[in-house]
Amino acid sequence: MAEFEPKIIGFCCNWCAYAGADLAGISRLQYPPNLRIIRVMCSGSVDPEHILQAFRMGADGVFIGGCHPGDCHYISGNYKTMRKVMLLKKLLPQLGLEPERLRLEWISAAEGARFAQVITEFTEQIKKLGPNPWKGAGR
Amino acid sequence: MERSGKMSKLKLAIGLGSTCSGCDIAILDIAERVLELVDLADIVFWPTAMDFKLSDLEKFGEGEIDLALYHGTVRTSEQEHIAHLLREKSKAVLAFGSCACFGGIPGLCNLTSRDEIFRTVYKETPSTDNPDFVTPQTEVEVGKFKLTLPELYDEGKALTQVIDVDYFLPGCPPPVELIEKLIPVLRGMQAGELPPKGTVIASEKTVCDECPLRKENKMIDRVARVHEIIPDPERCLLEQGILCMGPATRGGCGARCTKALMPCRGCMGPPPGVKDQGARMISAIASILGVEEEGQMSEEEVARIIDGIKDPVGNFYRFTLPTALLNRKVR
Repeated sequence: MAEFEPKIIGFCCNWCAYAGADLAGISRLQYPPNLRIIRVMCSGSVDPEHILQAFRMGADGVFIGGCHPGDCHYISGNYKTMRKVMLLKKLLPQLGLEPERLRLEWISAAEGARFAQVITEFTEQIKKLGPNPWKGAGR
Repeated sequence: MERSGKMSKLKLAIGLGSTCSGCDIAILDIAERVLELVDLADIVFWPTAMDFKLSDLEKFGEGEIDLALYHGTVRTSEQEHIAHLLREKSKAVLAFGSCACFGGIPGLCNLTSRDEIFRTVYKETPSTDNPDFVTPQTEVEVGKFKLTLPELYDEGKALTQVIDVDYFLPGCPPPVELIEKLIPVLRGMQAGELPPKGTVIASEKTVCDECPLRKENKMIDRVARVHEIIPDPERCLLEQGILCMGPATRGGCGARCTKALMPCRGCMGPPPGVKDQGARMISAIASILGVEEEGQMSEEEVARIIDGIKDPVGNFYRFTLPTALLNRKVR
């Protein structure tokens, strides 16, 4: 059987993480193609519903990239994201999903190399976890 | 049907699934207005109140009943059969109460499985003596007789997940003021006017909108359970650290719980436009946890506060797990 290639949904904030991803691209840094990026204006605008919907639809991992603490373009959106993610990580195991499938990282526009490294790491981690147990079970 | 001259009486059926029958009591709680109800409609099926049999329902033709109420979660093959029968025989079906609307408390069974439940109930409880591990069977032969039982499903479902539902009346139990609104609805039906499909008989706002407690937009640095603090009777419970589902719950109940200083548990389900009540609540809590100067709080401190929330699914999805985005435990 072919090696498991996870599908990872990435919500990247317009001002930092998305620009970081852009820099990784411009710098021709290699990272696994498993990430599907959705650009959002702020990581704080990622509703927990979006994250749960991604898992329901079979995403093997969900990545959220925001600005470093104190750097949020909208002052405090990233702090709210941090708390949402922490709450979700507490909720997911009760529903049979590993909290490691959800990852939040602070990545600035200058950290192209870090973006590539984080995504490589996260993809490896999801490969170890295996497919999302929800896949095919959604009703 | 013949409706000329004197308006003919409507036919009303009340069926049930996995229910505590609190919904039946709630119908009676409309007190003397029950007389108005029976003036408008003949109750043709209501097993809780009178000796009705399934055959009483089966004898009706397609669409012959005007309105069917169904309360309770759908969890057995028999309950599913009743739901389908009511749909076939009725012009309109109304999901009555939180269980039928969103899955309700019995819907929390989705956190476990039939096998686990059977193992606990018929084997592992200390007072159980069942060495052969005999569990309920759907069919068993006793001599020359065949005995049958409905099948217990692995998961509980809201009525919408089983049949097409026209109207919703949430609440656990539905508040009397909302049940009374059924009377004008029935009167309209008698004149041939049905409310638009999908109507929810409740408010279009949240419980917070109806709650009289004072909001000060304060952040919270601690999550308290109801028995741990004596709340200030004037102030918002959530801002005092008590997990109150108000911001993520549809209004219409008149905030009857918070008026008694008990936190909202979310029985009216998600507000309009929201699919997942728990996700909405997570958003709401995330925006008030911590200190005023958010940057000054370390992740460890936030983790400590969040640790005060012992059972996220039980708190955030108490009434809505079967209709949530992730609606059961996967294994």
